[in-house]
This record gives sequence, structure tokens and C-alpha cells, in this order.
Amino acid sequence: MWALQDAGLTPVVKASVDRYNKDSDNKATLSTYINDAYKQKIQVAMGSPNAPDVFFNWGGGNLAQFVQADQVEPLDDTLAKKPEVRDAFLANVMDTAKIDGKQYGLPMTGTQPVIFFYNKAVFTAAGVQPPKTYPEFLKLVDTFKSKKVTPIALPGSQGWTELMYAEYFLDRIGGPEKFAAIAKSGGAAWQDPAVVKALQMCQDLAKMGAFGTNFASINYDNAGASKLLATGKAAMFLMGTWEYPNQLTNNPAFAKKDLGWFPFPTVPGGVGEPGNLVGNPSNYFSVASGSKNKDAAIDYLTTTVASDAYIDDLIKSGAVPATKGADAKLAGKPNAEFNTDVYKMVSTAPAFAQSWDQAVSPDVAKRLLSNLQKLFLQQMTAQAFADDMAQAQ
Amino acid sequence: MSSVSLRERPGFVWAAPAAVFFALFGLVPIAVVVYLSGTSWNGLGTPQWVGTENWSALLDDSDFLPSLRTTALLTVGTWLVQTPLALLLGVWSAGAQRFRAVLSTVFFLPLLLSTAAIALVFVSLLDPNFGLAASWGKYLGAPDGNFLGDPSRALPTVIFVLAWQFVPFHTLLYQAATRQIPASLYEAAQLDGANTVRQFFAITLPQLRNTIVASSVMMLVGSVTYFESVLLLTNGGPGNATKVLPLHMYQEGFVAFDMGYASVLAVLLVIIGTVLSVVVVRTTGYHRMASDREGL
Repeated sequence: MWALQDAGLTPVVKASVDRYNKDSDNKATLSTYINDAYKQKIQVAMGSPNAPDVFFNWGGGNLAQFVQADQVEPLDDTLAKKPEVRDAFLANVMDTAKIDGKQYGLPMTGTQPVIFFYNKAVFTAAGVQPPKTYPEFLKLVDTFKSKKVTPIALPGSQGWTELMYAEYFLDRIGGPEKFAAIAKSGGAAWQDPAVVKALQMCQDLAKMGAFGTNFASINYDNAGASKLLATGKAAMFLMGTWEYPNQLTNNPAFAKKDLGWFPFPTVPGGVGEPGNLVGNPSNYFSVASGSKNKDAAIDYLTTTVASDAYIDDLIKSGAVPATKGADAKLAGKPNAEFNTDVYKMVSTAPAFAQSWDQAVSPDVAKRLLSNLQKLFLQQMTAQAFADDMAQAQ
Repeated sequence: MSSVSLRERPGFVWAAPAAVFFALFGLVPIAVVVYLSGTSWNGLGTPQWVGTENWSALLDDSDFLPSLRTTALLTVGTWLVQTPLALLLGVWSAGAQRFRAVLSTVFFLPLLLSTAAIALVFVSLLDPNFGLAASWGKYLGAPDGNFLGDPSRALPTVIFVLAWQFVPFHTLLYQAATRQIPASLYEAAQLDGANTVRQFFAITLPQLRNTIVASSVMMLVGSVTYFESVLLLTNGGPGNATKVLPLHMYQEGFVAFDMGYASVLAVLLVIIGTVLSVVVVRTTGYHRMASDREGL
């Protein structure tokens, strides 16, 4: 088995492997890798005799390319025999590992939607409330600008942080179908008026100074943006829910007292449901079709990730599991307020779109992230962006 | 063949170990890359032969010419910044006084740090809100500390970081070469009444000619392969302001998983690097290995 090396997750997976090995004749071994190295290693290993039996993946386009190369085993037959496993998970999270109607993976991490974080002290000092609608949000941007606070922290040296705005704007304006069309076929779907409008809104937001003037120098990995929020130099920060444990570790005093959160505001006139989310529904374990231990691999998968022991371990690690009824287990645990809020958002979300850079194939994702930087820097128009992507995909 | 003639003219056999290693780790990979440049391969399964398709894709690649230009700018910038600095520092530190020895040690410290460590330290130093860039930016024309995020400042900033890293190495070359210059030349010049500046231009600089060429070849060829620093500092951004050719190759190969096209870029890099070093060596007379003991 191959998985990512992650301080929170690795012990959970490790414990599940140990439990499995104790009760089974098959002995599973777990290898973990860091993120970028893993992406390269799995790409080269799949289809070779060295492929792992069970492998970690991100679902979406990343999984789809393995499926297209006939490297992944569909799980539908197994799940038909074990409906309790299939029904244990939230449907909108399972969807991300569905390729052409077939299920190719099971969720194995906590769910991580993208939401707005904010600094309560800064909001109180400005006498404002978290916004519900986009016009309210824009008014907040002006308020904070006049108070010399950067309205939104944006680690714009990395394109994926800018992507979150495009994802939400398109979802709010055109609904999840617009991106679903892009993920499926690309081409003209990129030139849909809703896409151009969403990109235009990103550019306008950058142009009006919502992110300050030096956002393209700010880095997420060295905590530059998180610190902006924690020190009150910025008022808001759009980020995945992994930001919460981040703040707890790096700025505990701030996280306990002044860290607030709210969902992305609604956009008047848009057709997307206000409760829709974007982000990482989950990460997935899939079974390689070339595996010599296929039955054992499927057996491990279906007996583990939906089991009580695994879910409890996930919660203990601070994650919000993507299983039905997990909210009852979250109550009374550390960070229950944040985690139950996140769970509520995810379980009631009409749609939960996967981050675009993971939903499309790697070459399209690369182009997309590079164009986003140009868009936010006013080097590329929304229309040119859409045309370029239409040509690339 | 007698053993005597073997001793007098060491033949191919003596070069065999080196030749085998060079073939195995130098020529074979290049040959494989040339082969891959004619295939379509995303790393999964087997490469499909597509002929010259990847090569004609060069013309449609909107990032290719800009990245070639950025590489050229980086190469020229690196040479222009590092050569005078390394030369002056090297000549100066070749002196014998004790405080120079101490200072020289300090200069050489960057040489001991790994490229990745240096790049990551500078990413933190250049954070516009919490790094040195926040307080020093205003003296350098960037009050908001926006160095790596500004399309016009990013490349000069990268050149600066590279200089910080590599000037010590070239200083070391110049220091060693300067110490080889016979003291008698300077004594004679002093008798003739030449001052320090005159001595530098009339003796030191000409005597260092071969070192200048060697150091320049390393800088020029090296700057065609600068990759880790750019990857960690800016990842080619903002936009594609610092996207050099090696980084473009890496992104096509290991981010977009278009191995065929990445191989085309790799072949181009081999050609550019070779041409560059041949041109420098030919035009400077370095290949004649002229004596650096001129006038003795």
C-alpha cells in the first residue's frame, strides 16, 4: 500500500493496517511518501510490475487518467454485495471517485471544503459582521481598505490559492454543472459566459486591492498568509479547512480566541445553490487492477475505511470524516464547534465540487494555475484566459 | 606491442574506465532523451512513437520563447553581476593580512549551504510582510516588500540570490589564481612607480585571463541549468516572469507529465549548453592553453 506521509493521517492508516494484519492471513505493508514525490512516483509505477496493490489518490482527473489506462479496479460489484460500506459515506464525497458512473475509490481522509476564515478582533474593531452576500462582502473590502487592513490574505505566489476564488465564483454564478462540463470535455466549455464572468470577478477583486499590492510575493508554505490573518494585518482568508489545525499549531492564542469562519457569500443573480462547496471532498484509496493480491486488497479496503475504529482514529487526529452520522461522534471531542460546523456544511451541501486542479488532467492543471497568476496580476484578460484554456484542453 | 611502447603512449585502455562511465551516465541518457523526444508518453504505460510531433509543438508553445529569453537574461545577468564581484573579492582576499583571512572565511560560508536551504531561507527573508523585505523594501524601491511577486523585480531578485550563493565559489578561484602570480612582477612594477590601480590592470587582470575564462564558462553553462533555486524561490512566477528553460522542461515533464515534449526541451538544453561552452572556449583563446606566465 502506498499513501501520503502526513503527520495526522499516517498513524490512522498505520493503525488500520496493523488491525488488518492481526486478523488476516495476508500481511499488508504501508509505504508513505511526501506529496510531490508521490505524484511522480505513482505516475511512473502504475502499470509497471512495481505498482502498489492499494494506492492513495486525489480522485477526479488524477484518478481518471489511471482509469483510462485500465490500471484501476472498479469497486461496484463489491459494493453491491456490501451496501453498508457504500452507504456509510456522504454521496457528494463518493462522487469524486466515480469515473463514468463507476466507483473507483473509497474516501480515506477527512473532508476538506474551502471556507472563509476571519479575524474576529479585526471585525469587531471595524464594527462589522461576516457577510452573507457578495455586495456585503465588497463593502467589507472597502471598509478594511479605509482602515489600512488588507481585506483578504492571499498567498498568490502559488496559483492554487487563487483558484479557490474562480471555483466559488463559477459555482455561485453558473452552478456546478458549468465546471462539470469543463472537467468532462474542456474546449468550448471554458468559453461559457459564466466562466468568463467568474474569471472577470477574480480579476476585479484583485484590481480593487482586496488582496493588497504584494500578494504575489506571499507564500502559503512558510505560513506568510496565515500569519497575516493571525496578526490582524489581514481580515479574511479563503482556505481549505486544513487551515484550522494549522492556526491551532502556529498561532494557538489567536485560534482559540479570535479565529472565526463563514461560508463563501451568495452572489445575487447567480443560479448556484448558496450551500454548494468546493475543495477536497476527500482523498481516496483505490485498488490497482494489475495487483497480484487483488482480492486481499479489496478486502482490506472494504473492511477498513468505513469501520468504527478507523473513523474514531480519524476524528482523534482532528479530521472530519466523510461518513454519514459522523456529527454525533464529533460532539464533545476537541474542536467540536469547528468540526461540527464543517460537517454540517458538507452533509447539507447540494454539491461539493472538487478543486479544479485535481479534477482535470495534470497538463491542463498546470496551464490553469499559470494563467490564474497572470489573471490576478492583470497580465491576462478573462476572455484570453478562457480562450487559452479552450485551446489547451 | 611491447610493454615499453605501452608505457610511453598510454592508449585507449587507460581511458576505458572513464569512457565507460561517461557513456553509461552521459551518452546513454542523452540518447534515451533523444528517443523520448519522438514519443508521446505521460509516464504511464509504454511510450508511443509520434515522430516529429513534439518538435513541431515547439512553435505552438507560448511559453517557449519567453522562457528562452528569460534564460538568456538570467545568464547575462548572472555573469555581469558575479564576475566583477568575484574578481575584486578574490584579488582582495588573496592578500596575506590576518583580518582578510577571517573575512574570507565569512564570505565563503554560502558555499557550504545547500541550494535548497539557501532558496528557502530567501523565500522567508523576502516575505513582504514578515521578512526583511518588509523593513528594507523601502530603501530598495519596493515599499510594499513585493520582490518575488512583482513581474519586473522577480528576475533581478533571483539573480541576486544566485549571486549570493555562487560568488564565493568564483571568489575562491580568483583568490587561488591571484596567489599564483609571481611577486616579482609587482616588485618590478613598484620600482617603475605604478600605483595599485595600475598594477591591477597591468598585471593582475592579464595574469588572471585564463581564470576569467574558466570561471565564465562555468557561470554561463551553469546558468543554463539553474533550476532548484528558481523552482523554490518563484516556481517560474509571477505569471511566467522567471520561468527559465530548465524549469519549463521540469514542469512539462513532472507537473504536466508530458515526457515527450519535456525531452524536446531537454535536448535543446544540451545543445545550448554545448554550443555556449564551445563558443566561449574558442573565442577566448582558452583552447590554445596559452601560458599564463607571460613576460617571465
